[in-house]
Amino acid sequence: MSGAAFPVVSLGPLLPTLIVLAAAGLVLLADLLPRRGGRDLLATLGLVGVVGALLATLWRWGSPGRAFDGMVVLDGFALFANVVICYAVALIILLSVDYLRRVGAESGEYYALVLFATAGMMLLAAAGDLIVVFLALELMSLSLYVLAGLFKRELASGEASMKYFLLGAFASSFMLYGIALVYGATGATNLDRIAAATAGRGHDPLLAIGLGLLLVGFGFKTSAVPFHMWAPDVYQGAPTSVTALIATGSKAAAFAALIRVLVVALRSAQADWTVLLWAVAVVTMTLGNVVAIAQSNLKRMLAYSSIAHVGYMLVGLVAGGVPGAGAVLFYLLAYTFTTVGTFGVITLCTRAGEEAVEVGDYAGLARRHPVLAATLGLFLLSLVGIPPLAGFVGKFYLFGAAVRAGYVWLAVIGVLNSAVAAYYYLRVLVYMYMREPEGAAAAWAPSFAGGLALAIALVGIVVLGVMPAPFADLAQAAVAPLLR
Amino acid sequence: MLFGGVIGRRAHWIAVPALFGSFLASCIVFAGVAGGATYTPTLFPWIVAGDFETAVAAYVDPLTGVMLLVVTGVGFLIHLYSAGYMHDDPGYARYFAYLNLFVFSMTMLVLAGNFLLLYVFWEAVGLCSYLLIGFWYTRPAAAQAGKKAFIVNRVGDFGFGLGVMWLWTALGTLDYGAVFTAVDTLPTTTATGIALLLFMGACGKSAQLPLHTWLPDAMEGPTPVSALIHAATMVTAGVYMVARSHALFERSGVALEVVAWVGVATALFAATIGLVQTDIKRVLAYSTVSQLGYMFAAVGLGAYAAGIFHLVTHAFFKALLFLGAGSVIHGLGGQQDLRKMGGLSSRMVTTTITTTVGALGLAGLPGLAGFFSKDEILAAAFHGGHRAIWALLLVGAFMTAFYSSRLLFLAFYSGPRMTKEAAHHVHESPGVMTLPLWVLAILTVVAGVAVGIPSEHGTRFARFLAPVFPVHEVAHGGGVAMMLIAMAVIVFTAGVVLAWFLYMPAPVRAEAIGRPRNPVHALLLNAWYVDALYDLAVVRPLFALSTFCARSFDVKVVDGLVNAVGRVVVAGAAGLRQIQTGYSVNYALTMLAGAVLLVAFLLAR
Repeated sequence: MSGAAFPVVSLGPLLPTLIVLAAAGLVLLADLLPRRGGRDLLATLGLVGVVGALLATLWRWGSPGRAFDGMVVLDGFALFANVVICYAVALIILLSVDYLRRVGAESGEYYALVLFATAGMMLLAAAGDLIVVFLALELMSLSLYVLAGLFKRELASGEASMKYFLLGAFASSFMLYGIALVYGATGATNLDRIAAATAGRGHDPLLAIGLGLLLVGFGFKTSAVPFHMWAPDVYQGAPTSVTALIATGSKAAAFAALIRVLVVALRSAQADWTVLLWAVAVVTMTLGNVVAIAQSNLKRMLAYSSIAHVGYMLVGLVAGGVPGAGAVLFYLLAYTFTTVGTFGVITLCTRAGEEAVEVGDYAGLARRHPVLAATLGLFLLSLVGIPPLAGFVGKFYLFGAAVRAGYVWLAVIGVLNSAVAAYYYLRVLVYMYMREPEGAAAAWAPSFAGGLALAIALVGIVVLGVMPAPFADLAQAAVAPLLR
Repeated sequence: MLFGGVIGRRAHWIAVPALFGSFLASCIVFAGVAGGATYTPTLFPWIVAGDFETAVAAYVDPLTGVMLLVVTGVGFLIHLYSAGYMHDDPGYARYFAYLNLFVFSMTMLVLAGNFLLLYVFWEAVGLCSYLLIGFWYTRPAAAQAGKKAFIVNRVGDFGFGLGVMWLWTALGTLDYGAVFTAVDTLPTTTATGIALLLFMGACGKSAQLPLHTWLPDAMEGPTPVSALIHAATMVTAGVYMVARSHALFERSGVALEVVAWVGVATALFAATIGLVQTDIKRVLAYSTVSQLGYMFAAVGLGAYAAGIFHLVTHAFFKALLFLGAGSVIHGLGGQQDLRKMGGLSSRMVTTTITTTVGALGLAGLPGLAGFFSKDEILAAAFHGGHRAIWALLLVGAFMTAFYSSRLLFLAFYSGPRMTKEAAHHVHESPGVMTLPLWVLAILTVVAGVAVGIPSEHGTRFARFLAPVFPVHEVAHGGGVAMMLIAMAVIVFTAGVVLAWFLYMPAPVRAEAIGRPRNPVHALLLNAWYVDALYDLAVVRPLFALSTFCARSFDVKVVDGLVNAVGRVVVAGAAGLRQIQTGYSVNYALTMLAGAVLLVAFLLAR
């Protein structure tokens, strides 16, 4: 072999990400075209890009690949995460079309930024190197910071964007420092090589600090307590479709990367991070649920609820092993469908020309729009964990894994938490079904694309609830190679 | 419900025949298991996790057959009745949608072949109950009652869920067949723990002490709903569950004792409250709680067949009483207050006759169904050597006889106390409503004689259930049996006669009833102040905690912690905080504190 061989880069594993990036470029170009009607073309382009990425993901299924010397690993795990991300983004684009037009915030850069964020998420899930983790995280986060401030004329939106950016930058610096320390301790940033370097080594203070700081960064992105405080403000202030993206896509991607970093690179420190995450899980779910009870703004309530759900997912991570990590992946899928659906209904509701974001705005919805109310009701029941919806099965797998791994008390705390959570979700149901509106009632802004998105999400939570076994098997098969 | 606009008034053309169909199907199933066979068909595997597998599967044996007949039979009659009762309601289609959903969930509950599926439909019937209690959601009381029912049930279901989880960790399976054969390998303490947690769920669903408070409030729902869900079927799910898992409860022993005593306590407690209520439906509600207590006492004593038999007869006569009360309320234009009734016997003949049958059935008139089933329970207590339980239940029977005849006298036989205008509008209900009344009245009369006459080998009913619950041959002399029957007749007569003397000879003054006369009376009128106690001890502190967490904890305490840690760790942090007083800085400091905690922990290990 001649020494001057040009390094052949296999771009196959990057295919889904590249498709999304290409679509983003096309959206930017198409935005420059003189346009006749609205920006439906841009949304369509974006949707095509995401669906293309989904198809590419499915096409790659069963044939794991690596690129750039193991910096990007498109294995079954990344593919599963890609599916979750693509579904979330596709539904959110569908929901955005009429929502943005209604609130007068239609813009070309919206779709481009959503796609850039998506590319970041996919890359994050497939990152095989701490450097790529950081780059992907920044690509995703920077897009989201801008998206959160999309409503330029609204103070809350700007505030959300600013807070998210400042605190996000703060968290990123922790993370970068953590990466540097891990590199210092092991001489590697590649996850596999870190694992090899730490195998069989005893307690290493440098590595411990690195692990802690990495967890701060991930804790911020997944909004785990005590790194959660940005979430309520940002969820409330950001445009609802962006909130949905932050709550689902970015959380799924960050969780995927967290799982990969912990179980691949830092498995030698498993005893350390398990105990730590045990405590974080308990505090996160308890604080999320208890504080959610007192909220009157639906988006803020859902922010605390999503914090609580992160706590549940951490339970799966603590439980560990194929059942635990598989349960987390399955839960991500179930949670994504449910949460996108819930926020989706909010994007479709208006009251007196404003977005209906207060719980009180939903009074009497069941009488005027029974289908919409029933839809929101089902999503909320799935969040509560009422069978036979996706949320129940997801919790079952998570807590079941915890019980089997011997963390019975953690599971008990989890079940107790979901009992508390029922209160604030059902309060919305009470408003919808058992209260009369004061003044103008909430109405639904007709949207074909939005309705389609809700229907898909609804089918998703029912199918996942009634026939979860094949999906759970896929999730477990996806995590199994990581744990070898 | 989604097609409410299309179907509207004609909703019953779908709902009622559907129920009749499912009743016929239940009859076929019943005929199939009459010989004592057990079928366990599996539809498809549901949740598969490693070596754990739960299927959507049914478990059909004679007990299932009996429950199916009750659920669909009584359900059908009540659907029919509802077509008349709810006729003018704007939510007609929604009503039938909920009601059908309930019957579906309830049949699935009794058909379920494993604990997980049982739990699923356990939640589902709770949801339907919640939706139907709050059916008239424009009434704040109804919405409040619905919420209360759900939350109180969640407390019970929390225990139930934990019990199911524990069972799974202990045995690795949740299928009935596998669990009941493997149950003997469980340590007794484990069995006790699981059984008590499951019983916690039963307490919630079947309104036993201390989780009974939701049932009286549930009377805010439409009356046919009270009849179907809150008297005949759903509230008996707890009894069914305990009877179904009797192997587990027997393994524990202690758990059975607890079940029995909770049942007895509830039976007495609720009966005392029933003595003084003035709302016709509330009398019946407390009576239901009390009768459920009898059923739990029976299964707790190991007399499972007697408990299930009482469940069946109670379904007949209590559904009848509720439907009769509904007919009265319908005839009086929505009036539920016993003080404003009276003298209905001449105006509503059918309702009077059938309700009288129902009330006498409840009171225990010899020959009617309630007499036989209650006598079975009393006899089981006596022969089982639980004389204290027997005596207490006998006192309860006296109170039952009193409050049921009090209801009859006040509503139908004493002089009329309603306004002239109201009296003018009193009318008998349409045929679609009276037909179910007749059918249930006939069932109340014949059910006891047909299958409930005790013999040396137990009742026919018990022999039918023998494949599920082995019949214990009780060798007892005829003399003792006669004595027990005589005692039952005496308390029945005493109760009725006392009510007669109090309410019949002189015209009753409406204002004299329902006003506290002495502390004991006030205590009973306020249902022993349990609600007030819960409000004070649970509801308010929880709200305070939540508000405190939201307002202070997240903002002040966490921040305070941050400030403290911040000062220690970063010298400049406190100064920084004084310069900038934005929230973002507080948030960032929280993160910093968190980071310090994480790293400190990892270093310390």
